[in-house]
Amino acid sequence: MSNIPSELKYATSHEWVRNEGNGVVTVGITEHAQDLLGDMVFVELPEVGDTVSTGDDVAVAESVKAASDIYAPLTGEVIEVNEDLEDSPELVNSDAFGDGWLFKLKIEDEGELENLLDAEGYANSIDED
Amino acid sequence: MTNKTVLHAKHIEAGAKMVDFYGWEMPINYGSQIEEHHAVRTDAGMFDVSHMTIVDVQGADAQAFLRRLVINDVAKLDIAGKALYTGMCNLEGGVIDDLIVYFFTNTDYRLVVNSATRVKDLAWINEQAATFDVTITERPEFAMIAVQGPQAKAKVATLLNAEQTAAVDGMKPFFSAQAGDLFIATTGYTGENGYEIALPADQAADLWQQLLDAGVKPCGLGARDTLRLEAGMNLYGLDMDESVSPLAANMAWTISWEPEDRNFNGREALAAQRAAGDQPKLVGLVLEEKGVLRTGLKVLTEAGEGIITSGTFSPTLGHSIAMARVPRSVVLGSTVEVEMRKKLVNVKVIKPSFVRNGKKVF
Repeated sequence: MSNIPSELKYATSHEWVRNEGNGVVTVGITEHAQDLLGDMVFVELPEVGDTVSTGDDVAVAESVKAASDIYAPLTGEVIEVNEDLEDSPELVNSDAFGDGWLFKLKIEDEGELENLLDAEGYANSIDED
Repeated sequence: MTNKTVLHAKHIEAGAKMVDFYGWEMPINYGSQIEEHHAVRTDAGMFDVSHMTIVDVQGADAQAFLRRLVINDVAKLDIAGKALYTGMCNLEGGVIDDLIVYFFTNTDYRLVVNSATRVKDLAWINEQAATFDVTITERPEFAMIAVQGPQAKAKVATLLNAEQTAAVDGMKPFFSAQAGDLFIATTGYTGENGYEIALPADQAADLWQQLLDAGVKPCGLGARDTLRLEAGMNLYGLDMDESVSPLAANMAWTISWEPEDRNFNGREALAAQRAAGDQPKLVGLVLEEKGVLRTGLKVLTEAGEGIITSGTFSPTLGHSIAMARVPRSVVLGSTVEVEMRKKLVNVKVIKPSFVRNGKKVF
């Protein structure tokens, strides 16, 4: 069983969300997702300033095995992207919940966080895969 | 029912992620296939290839039989141990499989064919052998380990006894020698120097462990695929199959047209295709921007459409490469387009060979 930190929120499409406070969240893909994809070779990130809606495909994780869309887990504006991934996409593999983060959003409605899964809910969702 | 090689426990012990490969439970990687790839390009890596099928062909007609069976001419082989890459075709000129033939004497040869095609290969070989005085013997009692990379031979050398060292001393590429219990060949599927070693199954785990202790990194099927693609080597089932002519699969060089009276299987069909000059061809594609070319993507050229037969990210080059079957008139060095994730990207057409001995070759 993959590591699923209890302080994070999750989407069934394998994104994680960390609430940084003041309406800012950090988004990445889970350890389980990177494990399914295998070695990451390119990560295409959104542009800072993009406005995204929940469920939009906003990024692409391309691994040795497949290209996989990454969806915005919440509605908001992209305020920062992880530029280290340009040269080191493998950070998504080695530290999915840390240095392998993808982008930060300034979200419109913090209430939307309640729609995401907690660690237990996500663990159950991947058991059903 | 899934088959397991005798090294299965060693793979699990090394933390391998196992996948089903045409009925065999095989390691896809031991953590990172890119690290495994680099180990082979810069140092030494090893692959369990025990799932591959070893078939011995012996008897008075062994040479005559193989001169019928395969598209290259085994009569060219005159030094004991010499290896030959070739294909066997059906009568319509489609590739049944690609294989390596090892020559010992005119009455004694060894074939190594693919595992995914084992059943149909053996059926075809036995059917074709019916009118020849030959014995066809599959050798499932052998395991096989490929040790590949610039340091592969040196690392293997530390494990050999005096007799085995003498047997492999100065062995050129594409040769083989029986050295005690080890059948050691200077062949491989990576574009690097190294050995493929067949040995009695009950000794395989010990050799694997000794190679591990000598610093050889275990590598899975993932790295094997990126390495062979960089080297421009075909994978049966993707780059060619029974519906594809060797002329359309960059295998024309493995056909021996001379002497003209050698009636190999498929000759008539292939000669007609060759005269018509209308077979597509297998080329290499290079994508220097982001993205990965994948099997099955459409290639658009001025001469018509083609298709990517295998594509991957090249860990050595840092961008994507592919093999594609395109109309014959597409020119090497030209730029064509690939339809990728709803957009068109420009790719360069080159000979299907990208990396050899750790270096870019285009």
